[in-house]
Amino acid sequence: MWRVLANSFWMPERASTHAETVDPLFYFILGLCIFFTALIVTLLVVFVLRYRHRAGHQQQPSPSHSTRLELTWSIIPTILVLIIFYYGFRGYLRMSVVPPNAYRIDVTARMWNWQFTYPNGYSDGTLHIPVDTPILLVMRSEDVIHSLYVPAFRVKRDAVPGRYNRFWFQARQTGTFDVYCAEYCGTNHSQMLTKVVVHDPTDFQKWLVEAAEAENRLDPVAAGRKLFEGRGCTQCHSSGTTKLIGPGLQDVFGSQVRLADGSTVLAEDNYIRDSILHPQKQIVAGYGGEMPSYAGSLTDRQIDAIIWYMKSISKHHQSPLPSPAATAPTTQSVPATVPRP
Amino acid sequence: MSTTQASAAAAGPDEPAADNYLTHRRGVRSWLLTLDHKRIAVMYMVAILGAFLLGGIFAVLVRTELLTPKPVFLGNAAREWDLYNHLFTLHGAVMVFMFVIPGIPAIMGNFVLPMMLGAKDVAFPRLNLLSFHLYALGGLFFVYVLLGGVLQAAFGIHLPGGFGLDTGWTFYTPYSTGKSITGVIPATMGAFIMGFSSILTGVNFVASIHMLRPRGMTWFRMPLFLWGLYATSIIQILATPVLGITLLLLLAERALGVGIFDPALGGDPVLFQHFFWFYSHPAVYIMILPAMGVMSELVPTFARKHIFGYRFIAYSSIAIALLSFLVWGHHMFVSGQSPLANAIFSLLTFSVSIPSAIKVFNWLATLYKGDIRLQTPMLYALGFLVLFTVGGLTGLFLGALATNVPLHDTYFIVAHFHYVMMGSVLFAFLGGMYYWWPKFFGKMVDDRWGRIAALVVFVGFNLTFFVQFVAGSQGMPRRYASYPEKYRIYHVISSIGAYLMAVGLVMVALNWWHSLRRGRPAPANPWGSNTLEWRTSSPPPHDNFAKAPEADDPYDVSAWRFDQASGGWVHEPAQRGFDVVVPPTKA
Repeated sequence: MWRVLANSFWMPERASTHAETVDPLFYFILGLCIFFTALIVTLLVVFVLRYRHRAGHQQQPSPSHSTRLELTWSIIPTILVLIIFYYGFRGYLRMSVVPPNAYRIDVTARMWNWQFTYPNGYSDGTLHIPVDTPILLVMRSEDVIHSLYVPAFRVKRDAVPGRYNRFWFQARQTGTFDVYCAEYCGTNHSQMLTKVVVHDPTDFQKWLVEAAEAENRLDPVAAGRKLFEGRGCTQCHSSGTTKLIGPGLQDVFGSQVRLADGSTVLAEDNYIRDSILHPQKQIVAGYGGEMPSYAGSLTDRQIDAIIWYMKSISKHHQSPLPSPAATAPTTQSVPATVPRP
Repeated sequence: MSTTQASAAAAGPDEPAADNYLTHRRGVRSWLLTLDHKRIAVMYMVAILGAFLLGGIFAVLVRTELLTPKPVFLGNAAREWDLYNHLFTLHGAVMVFMFVIPGIPAIMGNFVLPMMLGAKDVAFPRLNLLSFHLYALGGLFFVYVLLGGVLQAAFGIHLPGGFGLDTGWTFYTPYSTGKSITGVIPATMGAFIMGFSSILTGVNFVASIHMLRPRGMTWFRMPLFLWGLYATSIIQILATPVLGITLLLLLAERALGVGIFDPALGGDPVLFQHFFWFYSHPAVYIMILPAMGVMSELVPTFARKHIFGYRFIAYSSIAIALLSFLVWGHHMFVSGQSPLANAIFSLLTFSVSIPSAIKVFNWLATLYKGDIRLQTPMLYALGFLVLFTVGGLTGLFLGALATNVPLHDTYFIVAHFHYVMMGSVLFAFLGGMYYWWPKFFGKMVDDRWGRIAALVVFVGFNLTFFVQFVAGSQGMPRRYASYPEKYRIYHVISSIGAYLMAVGLVMVALNWWHSLRRGRPAPANPWGSNTLEWRTSSPPPHDNFAKAPEADDPYDVSAWRFDQASGGWVHEPAQRGFDVVVPPTKA
């Protein structure tokens, strides 16, 4: 039944319970808008046609004020906007009061990616949620203001640095929906996109366990690549030699890097680690200092994995890479289940 | 060509005077250092139309970038998105600070206000010149910085100090203080200087309206344009200093590292939004109130009827000015502001819609049983009525909390504020320009081409912006350099509309240019209006009036008759304080 109403001319599909709050009010206001626009334009056209200047037509005497008329068109709109206010407010309260049993997911926004952290500590760049379950998102931002917006859910909330903003929703159908950043945040604002995947509750649990385990089982190079792709590094760095906002990372490891102050530095493990945690320390010649620090958001082992990945795409790195078979999960793996502070 | 070839005898206002304000003195200095409100208005006209041209070119560039989701100009994605951010910032900032806010008050207000009062000048002519100099200085500075950034982003050309701006016209922190590597400081300085221009103009207008009203002009016999300017001036005086304070705090944070808005320094970024919108929401009414004032002149003049509900229109201007200070929080419904504050701001927001609705119905009622002349200024007035209706009504979606949440920061907002700020204000601006043009330059504008251009602009505008309501309600976020493929159809339609509107505006410009070159000499009162500025010759002499005119009901047009010979309206019988009308002999 919902499929029939989905994707109307005005609104995207109604994939959350908030849509049932928002849409009726939207269409009520739309009805009023159409009525009043039609009324005003019709009167305008009729008056212009009937009273337009032409041979033999004279201005006819008519009153230049009428308190009764003035009060009529003051009071009727007042009543109507109070009705709109009331329903807008009531709907907003419903959207604001978080159900006590909501499933909590932490959201970290940074230029220019989203990170969703689940109760078991696993983090992902895509939002996965169970259907028909109230979801509470607790959001923070590491740099500037962002805004998480899911049109199909009719929800939007700013992620503001220095405070937690929270909101909730409940998906009413499974599927994949767009997530946008709605608050302007610099160069790649329009690329700060991700998806929300709505699963059946059992599938969701299975996905969460498997995703966490899969990350544990990955060899460091593969884990590093996954982090590189999933944590927003690709917004500014290509894995080839193409310049984006930051340098391409192919062949960087082990090379001599020229810095903005004119000096050169060998790109070994410590340099890469510093570049991730303290990006302003050594800025590569020809680039600005846009990179945010990942201190506190990547664990040491995750940074190790990223370094392994950079080694794997560099011709300057000659020694063998750890292979999946040779790696015992307990020693070299990247534990994704470390809870964030 | 033919303005100055007048008889020396200048018997009446319909006779082009030998000496008018345009020819009173010659030379660049006589313009740049003039104290004549009319010349200052003309200089504002040149500067503001220049800003409008610049903002318009950038609007076209923005719409061209958005024709496809891919980079259009440079090819390289990251550089392209940077360029786009500079483009939309320049478009928005120049249009808001340099065109829409000063447009009607600085050009038409300066020109008309003293004459509507039957006065020789504004209350403080020297202060008026200072306002213009501040506007020009701040504006040049602002444009230099912003254009420098565009050149750098597009071509890699570095102008000294031309850092550009990529924060949007809203300067939101902490992006503007912490992350943006552009010229936030110099751009802010430019806006700050222009803010002073706005404040001083406000002071001048308030003083003029209080002190200079002529005999017979009580508050409720004042033309409604003056009520609009009075309400605007109140906002300019009270709100613009807050912008100045905000921008200074921004400077303090960026230059000195004082933590006010940046959480990294212990500040609160939402505080900036409160400061900013405490000015910038009232600023929306700085834009629309003068436009409403123009409407209240155009509609009764061309309907040949007394305005309907004078007092309600006058009071509603003041009501809008006062209420406009109480609604700024509706820009922050999803920022984390408390639900209680949201509810209060939502309720107050709806209160502003009532006086606006009252005005629309009053203008409509003025048409009833009139003798409507569909000349160019009237077409813009009718266009305003339609666009303002759409713009105002769509505000209801955004004032209501539940519907605001999904629509906030989408193209729905973009469409809404363009209908109000751009559609309505621009239409009133163009209508006012066409209306007072004969008084400004003593030349008539070709009405047929004027009407065709008005139609093209109207169609182009609606094509551009109506579709953006749908894009926005479907979820398209604003300030996106690129977008998911599903929104492409809306963007393509919108861009085509923008090109069409550009064509219409070029037609308007040619229309005006043609008038300056070959326009028929204008009679003193080409439209038959009863406000005082039409009781002197076109263009007016340096001192405006030979004798101070006496005011009566500004909307009683019954004494004016169209005179075929002069192509203008004459007063029957000739009244006190009004020179005997002698129709000019045709060559």
